[in-house]
Amino acid sequence: MSGVRVLVGTRKGAFILRSDGLRKNWDVSGPFFGGWEMYHLKGSPVDPDRIYASQATSWFGQLIQRSNDGGETWEPVGNQFNYDGVPGTHQWYDGTPHPWEFERVWHLEPSLTDPDTVLAGVEDAALFQTTDGGVSWSELSGLRNQDSGSSWQPGAGGMCLHSIIVSPKDPDRIFVAISSAGAFRTDDGGKSWRPINKGLHSEGIPDEDAEVGHCVHHITMHPSKPDTLFMQKHWDVMRTDNAGDSWVEVSGNLPTDFGFAIDVHAHEPETVYVVPIKSDSEHYPLDGQLRVYRSRSGGNEWEPLTKGLPQSNCYVDVLRDAMSVDTLESCGLYFGTTGGQVYASNDEGDSWEAIVRDLPAVLSVEVQTLA
Amino acid sequence: MIRVVLPAHLKTLVNENREIELEVAGVISQRSVIDALENRYPVLLGTIRDPTTKKRRPFVRFFACEEDISHDDPEAPLPEAVVGGDEPFFVIGAMAGG
Repeated sequence: MSGVRVLVGTRKGAFILRSDGLRKNWDVSGPFFGGWEMYHLKGSPVDPDRIYASQATSWFGQLIQRSNDGGETWEPVGNQFNYDGVPGTHQWYDGTPHPWEFERVWHLEPSLTDPDTVLAGVEDAALFQTTDGGVSWSELSGLRNQDSGSSWQPGAGGMCLHSIIVSPKDPDRIFVAISSAGAFRTDDGGKSWRPINKGLHSEGIPDEDAEVGHCVHHITMHPSKPDTLFMQKHWDVMRTDNAGDSWVEVSGNLPTDFGFAIDVHAHEPETVYVVPIKSDSEHYPLDGQLRVYRSRSGGNEWEPLTKGLPQSNCYVDVLRDAMSVDTLESCGLYFGTTGGQVYASNDEGDSWEAIVRDLPAVLSVEVQTLA
Repeated sequence: MIRVVLPAHLKTLVNENREIELEVAGVISQRSVIDALENRYPVLLGTIRDPTTKKRRPFVRFFACEEDISHDDPEAPLPEAVVGGDEPFFVIGAMAGG
């Protein structure tokens, strides 16, 4: 029987939630790596039992853990993330040059075809790759070294490369997003990159045509439409239909278009989900009501989804990597909150329930659909 | 035999709840103790010091005989009480964050 496995990274360890295809009853295991910040866990699409996890603290640095048995056991693999060459400087918050310094791995993106190949997005923003199952990592330095790299500046959460999408149509085409530099694309497997931020408008950037400096919070894509991407920017929900050459705003009737998480329905490429957050200074839902918004038209027209979600006195946040969808016939959605709840819907978002509710603050949620 | 006490996060990594006993060859110094520790537990590589420069991580401190020896020469011999196994060598996560 089919089932799902939800990989949850939190501020104080990782948890794995398992259920059968009905997604009614859940088994919770963990914490794994208790006390450590688990920014992201993700399984290989070609070998779901191969899972990679980013484990870090500011005290003791970065580790990468790998499981070959679906999260039952783990082994540490390589944790050397050395920038290629002399890394030089980027801009600091005050505009002065600041040396590039590795802080942590924010996002792990296993290859669509090879379980030993993984891309890692790190802070200070750079893209690394392993082709030996995480034992060694090397930088795809064409990204950091493209023309604008020295002008990148950190956002409030640090200068992190947090989103990585490999085109299912063309493995040489990769999209990444960096806070707060913007979105970038390579068409040659990571050798050369260019900013893809035309159409983005951001407060605090006087030049409306600025190539970089946009605080992109997350990007997502449906595999059947690899030229269409959706973006939750600091403010504004955006879409592109030409692989990032230009973007248009699709915030439409959202009550607030600030937020972090955004995802696409597994079977409907024009059905998009966001979790609106009140503002950049108030990282909680509007009016204390936790609402997922769904658009079935690729944006602009949004409907609130509230059944099963707290509609009063709710002041949690939903972070950028904390939403995921499964690929079962009735698409399931999952998101985690900074209050430690993981909410799930087994009916495309129509109704929700907390499948676990008292974890440490949730940093990431990834779901695996198991045969 | 050198006794080493690790902070909680690193005990989790090495799956040891108690202090660790290490055979250390040659001069017993911060460097040789950490070398021996990393040799036995490769998972600790990079968690206490930079694996290339060997520089101590900013939030990690070393204590021995109730003294903070973090800024001592890493090659300097550790106190006799540590060398003789009467006192442990402490790896400490600096107090920070409330």
